[in-house]
This record gives sequence, C-alpha cells and structure tokens, in this order.
Amino acid sequence: MAGGQALERIRVVVNGSSRELEVASHALLLDVLRDTLDLKGAKRSCDTQVCGACTVLVDGQAVSACTYLAVEADGRAVLTVEGLADGESLDPLQRAFLDAGAVQCGFCTSGMLLTARALLRDNTAPSREDVLHYLRGSLCRCTGYRKIVEAIMTAAGGSR
Amino acid sequence: MLRPFTLHRPETAEAACALLARLGEDAAPYAGGTELLLLMKLGLLRPPHLVDVKRVSGFGDIADGPRLTIGATVTHRTLERSPLVRARCPLVASVARHVANVRVRNVGTVGGNLAFADPHSDLATLFLTLDATVELVSPRGRRELSLAEFVRGPWETARRPDELLASVRLAPWPVGTGAAYVKFGVHERPTLGIAVAVSLDGAGGRARVADARVAIGCVSPRPARVEVAEARLNGVAAAELDDVSGAAADAAAASVDPADDLHGSAEYKREMVAVFVRRALRVAAARARGAEPSATFPYAVVA
Repeated sequence: MAGGQALERIRVVVNGSSRELEVASHALLLDVLRDTLDLKGAKRSCDTQVCGACTVLVDGQAVSACTYLAVEADGRAVLTVEGLADGESLDPLQRAFLDAGAVQCGFCTSGMLLTARALLRDNTAPSREDVLHYLRGSLCRCTGYRKIVEAIMTAAGGSR
Repeated sequence: MLRPFTLHRPETAEAACALLARLGEDAAPYAGGTELLLLMKLGLLRPPHLVDVKRVSGFGDIADGPRLTIGATVTHRTLERSPLVRARCPLVASVARHVANVRVRNVGTVGGNLAFADPHSDLATLFLTLDATVELVSPRGRRELSLAEFVRGPWETARRPDELLASVRLAPWPVGTGAAYVKFGVHERPTLGIAVAVSLDGAGGRARVADARVAIGCVSPRPARVEVAEARLNGVAAAELDDVSGAAADAAAASVDPADDLHGSAEYKREMVAVFVRRALRVAAARARGAEPSATFPYAVVA
C-alpha cells in the first residue's frame, strides 16, 4: 500500500468483451482505455468535463472518462465508439452521421455518437429540443451542430 | 493525471467518519468526483487518502415525510427522475435536469455539490428557498444546520474534518405556490442563478402574497435569501405582483455583493440581477395563478 500505489483487480465488460485488469486507484478510465486497451476513440481535450470529447458509456450512461476513476467501472459495462458498430454493420447513428455530413474534423464525433446513443436509450422519440438539451456540454467547433442534430433526429426516426 | 492516493470504501457512516477522524487533513470525502477530481488533477488538492462515501448505507436514499430527505450520494440524474421529488418538490427535479451537462448529472451528487460549496451551485440557491437543512454525522453524533449556516463562503462550509454530510432536508412549498428558477450565462457554470417562490392566500381578486421567497446565487461570495426583496412582496395583491416585482428586483440588485471576473463586471452582474429577478418573479406569479408563461430569454434557462 506504500504511496497508495497498490493495484486493484477489476472486471469490466469493454465493448462486449469481459476484461480483467489491474489498475491503480488513481488511474483515470480515459487513460486505461487509451493506453492499456489501445482504444483511442475517446479523446482527452478540456480535461474538465466541459467538452464531451472523452465521453464513453458506463452501463449505458454517458460519463466523462477524463474525470472518472477506472476502479469505478468494476463490474460494469463500458461502451466506446469502437464498440458501436456490429462488425462491418454501422450503428444507425453512425450511418446517419455519415449521411447528414455531421462530421468535419471528427475530434468530437465519438463523444457525440455515444451521447446520442445514451439519449436514444433514455428517450426513443426525442424532440429537437430534447436533443439540444442532451448535447449541452458536447462541444463541436466545426459544424455549428445543425447537421449533428439532424443526424440524431434521423437515427431516432429510423429506430422507431 | 492524478497523484496516487489510497481509496477507502466504507459501508457505514460510522466507519467513514472513523476514517476521517483518524486520517484528518490527509483524507477527503469522495462521491462523484466531478469537482474533487478536477482540483486534484490541477494539483490544487493533494489528499493522500480518498474516502468513497457512495457505498455508505442510507446515503443514496430519498425519503418522504413532513420534509423531503435527500441522501448525500443521490445523483442529479436520480433527483431529476425521482417520482417522489417530482411530486413533492417539482422545481427541484426541473432544476436537476439543467445542472451542468448530462455526464456531470450522471455521476455528480447532491451532497458533493453542497459540500463543495462552489458559489455557482444551482442547487444551493434553490434549496435556500425550500428552507433546507443539512444533516452532518461524525463520531460525536449527528447535528443539523440550516443550509445558510452550512455554506460559509466560496468553497467553505461549516463541515468539520471528521464530519460527513449525510443528507439534505427540504420543506416543500404549500400547494398552489408559484415558483421559478432562472439561470443565465454563457460559460459552463452559470453567471447568475435566481430562485423565487410566491404563495398566494385567498382566491381570485382578493388573493395576496402570503409568503414570498427570493434567493440569489453566483453573484455574491455565497448564495443567500434576499429579505428586503421578500419584504417588498409579502402582502401585495396578486393583481399588483407584476408591477411590484420591478421594485423587489431593484431591492435585490442593491443587496448583492458582486465582483469583477470572467462572468462580467460587478456593475453588469448587479444590473442582470435586477433584470432576472424581475423576470423570475413574473414567471412565478403567472404559475401561482395557474398559467404557464412561455418565457424564453437569450442565454438563460427557465426551470
């Protein structure tokens, strides 16, 4: 336990696969995903839970992986953008983002997709206002949001 | 990156308080981490021990009674969705829906929000109008403090190092109270938060304000009720409420103690207090009469 460096064994289902990991108490989920599991979809950007670029889902709910201890994911299911598609078949949200041209530089895209996935789990028929409300705190500096919102509305319509 | 720490996960309040008593300044209580971990990443706080209180039994409960008791580790998401909160304190559920962003709401807790005492807290301002008290537990027992006594200033509370905030208790308003919470700003945290509640006595043309409550957050070093504004409103005929709300708002603006910062100059904030107290009171007055005004203001959220 010297210096609090002890490793803790956690079991996490990451993108459908059960993983057993040894992580330090102070390890952030974002670093474990990116550096240990080589899943680079979640991005470190603001590092203060403001921008949404590091968004992943834990048991279906959006969290900022940059401000979430990896040990908190013990016994839970983590979904990153790498787990959204089913093999070669894109998730309806990914398809809708492509069709609407909702991606420019792409840095915010994984967070946007996962936030939208969490929204559609909570609310299968969101209004435009619901989408805007849910996207508060998911920042895009390219698109002006219009096409992102359009894509999410399309995907919601398609999954109804 | 975080500096290493030892994480403790007690399952009872007694065990948690015993840890805090033993570790003293070396320990920090930890729940959602939405505030604490940010300061630790910056190195502004470097606790060698974190005491996770999320497994403490009872801390995640919401209980009904003469007052509504909300456990410290209830998340904003749970607060937003709780049928009990929606029934007893509907504005609390509405405001919870607008705290920060969805990721913060999913993990951030009510107790953490209050105990961190960020002056830009939505909940602290709103809870003042619900005569909130906080329950603190320690190896010496339990004590209850009003929220106004608990929050002493920016990031400063009356919590002693071996105490834990166990719950907050709210006194729901009487049926027929019109209330509103309006926040304004362009940053992640609000520039201004205004909570108002107006209870009417009597029916129709004879209705008068029996109890008016006004609380202002974000502008002064700590959120506070504004008694001068409340005094202006109490006893006023319902029909005159819209007119008197301007005078009450001016009194509120004169009472605040703003500072120049990234949210704006002190002068600007004082002016915005006058504008938004007036608007919030008009929304609340309309709700007290049973109407729902379609109030939208630029860069503002009306809950």
